[in-house]
Amino acid sequence: MSQYAFYILSALSVASALMTVFNRKPVYSVLYLIFFFFTLFGHYILLNAQFLAAVHLIVYAGAIMVLFLFIIMMLNLNKEVEPNKSIVAKFAAVISGGLLMIVVVSAMKGVDAAAINQHSEIGLVETLGSVLYNKYMLPFEMVSVLFLTAIVGAVMLGKKEIK
Amino acid sequence: MAAINIDHYLLLSAVLFCIGVAGVLFRRNAIVIFMCIELMLNSVNLLLTSFSNQHNDPSGQIFVFFIMAVAAAEVAVGLAILVMIYRNAKSVDIDFFNKLKE
Repeated sequence: MSQYAFYILSALSVASALMTVFNRKPVYSVLYLIFFFFTLFGHYILLNAQFLAAVHLIVYAGAIMVLFLFIIMMLNLNKEVEPNKSIVAKFAAVISGGLLMIVVVSAMKGVDAAAINQHSEIGLVETLGSVLYNKYMLPFEMVSVLFLTAIVGAVMLGKKEIK
Repeated sequence: MAAINIDHYLLLSAVLFCIGVAGVLFRRNAIVIFMCIELMLNSVNLLLTSFSNQHNDPSGQIFVFFIMAVAAAEVAVGLAILVMIYRNAKSVDIDFFNKLKE
């Protein structure tokens, strides 16, 4: 049962990733990317990583994609005026992506194929919270500094003229 | 119940990452290139989660949490830079920005 769910979710995520890349209109790319994030949400649920699933949905689908959509609509970029790359460059892009895939896939030949534990307890909020607030306390605080820097940077970059 | 092996997740993440790399090389719209970078980050997130599940170690999922935080900050600053560039150049075409190399 969960195996079929995994295969269906994987097919959907690969298809939506391809549509994100090869769609001509940026708004459709964003919508397919949102769909891709929802399929990843399903993958996290399959892995029983409930906390990550919730954070993924809130951060990516809720915040980041809204930002993308907002920027595209604000700049009014949903036209097909994007000048295409030359055929040679497109072929080179696809071929180098495919070559990288061949390298990575062949690098994991002979990997020890252990089964995923679908009832693991480590993805629950309780476990992750205790690890996050004990072992990773300092990085967690550093993330807040990073966000402060990002806020200041975005505001400075967004100003019309910097005195 | 048939179990899902870790190599399935490896394969899926590799495919998604390579789609992201191909997208960065393929497109010229800077916003779509940003989205392809998000694609790559998410494939790595999935891989980290599955490895953390397999090794029964919560650290992997904590790393995913930090990657999400960094991605959010990156998108905020990156889109601010894009808006500034658009204001000056009236375009988000990536080939327009190659003046930096001169």
